[in-house]
Amino acid sequence: MSNPTTLFDKVWDAHVVRKIEDGPDVLFIDRHFIHEVTSPVAFLGLESRGIGVLYPERTFATADHNTPTINQHLPVADPLSANQLAALEKNSAKYNISHWGLGHQKNGIVHVVGPENGITLPGMTIVCGDSHTSTHGAFGAIAFGIGTSEVEMVLASQCIMQPKPKKMRISVNGTLQKGVVAKDVVLYIISQISASGATGYFIEFAGDVFRNLTMEGRMTVCNMSIEMGARGGMVAPDEKTLAYIQGREQAPKGEAWDKAVSYWETLKTDDGASFDLEYVYDAANIEPQITYGTNPGLGTGITNHIPTASQVLDGAASYAKSLNYMGFAENDSIIGKPIDYVFLGSCTNGRIEDFRAFASIVKGRKKADNVTAWLVPGSHIVEAQIKEEGILDILTDAGFQLRQPGCSACLAMNDDKIPAGKYAVSTSNRNFEGRQGPGARTLLASPLVAAAAAVTGVVTDPRELIAE
Amino acid sequence: MAYDKFTILKSSAVPMPIENVDTDQIIPARFLKATERKGFGDNLFRDWRYNADGTPKEDFILNNPIYSGKILVGGKNFGSGSSREHAAWAIYDYGFRCVVSSFFADIFKNNSLNIGILPVQVSPEFLDKIFLAIEADPKAELEVNLPEQTITIVPTGEQESFAINGYKKHNMTNGFDDIDYLRSLKEDIAVFEAARPY
Ligand code: SF4
Repeated sequence: MSNPTTLFDKVWDAHVVRKIEDGPDVLFIDRHFIHEVTSPVAFLGLESRGIGVLYPERTFATADHNTPTINQHLPVADPLSANQLAALEKNSAKYNISHWGLGHQKNGIVHVVGPENGITLPGMTIVCGDSHTSTHGAFGAIAFGIGTSEVEMVLASQCIMQPKPKKMRISVNGTLQKGVVAKDVVLYIISQISASGATGYFIEFAGDVFRNLTMEGRMTVCNMSIEMGARGGMVAPDEKTLAYIQGREQAPKGEAWDKAVSYWETLKTDDGASFDLEYVYDAANIEPQITYGTNPGLGTGITNHIPTASQVLDGAASYAKSLNYMGFAENDSIIGKPIDYVFLGSCTNGRIEDFRAFASIVKGRKKADNVTAWLVPGSHIVEAQIKEEGILDILTDAGFQLRQPGCSACLAMNDDKIPAGKYAVSTSNRNFEGRQGPGARTLLASPLVAAAAAVTGVVTDPRELIAE
Repeated sequence: MAYDKFTILKSSAVPMPIENVDTDQIIPARFLKATERKGFGDNLFRDWRYNADGTPKEDFILNNPIYSGKILVGGKNFGSGSSREHAAWAIYDYGFRCVVSSFFADIFKNNSLNIGILPVQVSPEFLDKIFLAIEADPKAELEVNLPEQTITIVPTGEQESFAINGYKKHNMTNGFDDIDYLRSLKEDIAVFEAARPY
């Protein structure tokens, strides 16, 4: 019998074109996503070398990072953003790359549209010049973010050079409590191992909790693997994965489907395979989470008070700087903190399930007067679903409006910036200083926590608002 | 993109003893709108370096004329966050050729190596020694020797070795990038591509 092997090794080893002694592996890339911000310089690089795109059908372009989320039918007002969007369109046309630009009915955040159109499949290698490419790992793919030089490499050769990361397995066993969702699970893990705890590793998420999560939930978890420092995270494909993929536009059909499925069934970690590091957690210990500091590791259960410096893994000086930026103090209660903004969206929580969750809390309630809420679907397909399922009516009745798809306040490259000093409960993935706008103060949380804050105007435990 | 060869770098250094310096601090997202790789150094650490009205923040290290040099010394977990290579471009464009820390985020490390910045990972103890040496004398020099894989605090003579894989070391000492190499594998890649199931 062959050696027991991990899921990660199976997929990685199947993509190594060449091993370089005392160097990285040359890794073949099945799917490459590009967007307007990190690709223009890569195309300039190709031009200055006088070379083209080797396999244009393996690259997909979508505009998302700096697109406006209102009045998308009008020309983009900011000339620099407009320039990047035009460059993406021009480069895609020139090199025959499929391009879903602003206004295209398939347009949306790159990590939402990939899975939703069946471009993302199990067993693939997937890269994009965006660190949250790890999202696609939910399908049992090796997916990770790359820099612009590497974008150029993939365009030029469909390969990149990567040292093989170490392997980590994170298992969460048991059943999640009421009001605890995928975002809470991943925020909890990051708070336990810190924002750099998985640096150098690729993670496999295993155990009951991930098996029971929906594909959307798995995407939320894998999305944030990068926030613990990992290159990416993955979940072994199962019936849920197949059910999600089957029938999607670019998914294999007919015989090709059957063939693919028999391959995908082999994509799991064999019993006895070894990892460089393992963590095991109990689902019963996880309550709804929220962050209070300026890296995603500074989070805790929503009913806890803000820890003291001695209780956190960050150095005392960095921790003091972080709390000072947030305008918080050690031992403050987080519940009851007043909120100015709520952001529901991003590739972490901008999928249909997230809007359903948000709506489940705001239904029959009203948006708090002190809160500005930006609800931004991850794609036009999500937007259409929100309307079809009647969620839009619930949101509208509660005093909310829906914006148009894009990255929006996740990184605040467009006009959706949280003003300096204001507090935002955000379903996105990063609470770094200024991430959501210069001086903005971000509290990361689940769509349920965001909804509870949106209707009460303060940080509120969503469990108090969930109907029995 | 070609960059300068890196062999031995002897220079004073700029100390930044802050942990978890993330890429949003190194270059805030609103400066990522260029379609060319130009002028990023002006916005390096923009929000730590300048007030909202554009005046320099006096207490920020890059605005303190006592400190200068081609080496940036950062705290643990330097370069966490986004994959934006613009962060490395900004550091390079500002004039740094080497970043020293006790721990680097993965993507930042790759990006740096790809554009000709050497990330030197030292032990936490050695990092403290570097900070102490610069505190004692802001002009204290560090010598980074890539062929030997050593870093030396010149005034005290204290030295540590650092790791880098042989392939990347070869590229950096010669100023090569990966794309020429990858293009030379085109035929192997074509065979591989044809055999992919999708
Ligand atoms: S939503 Fe945020 S994290 Fe996701 S792709 Fe856009 S900018 Fe990156």
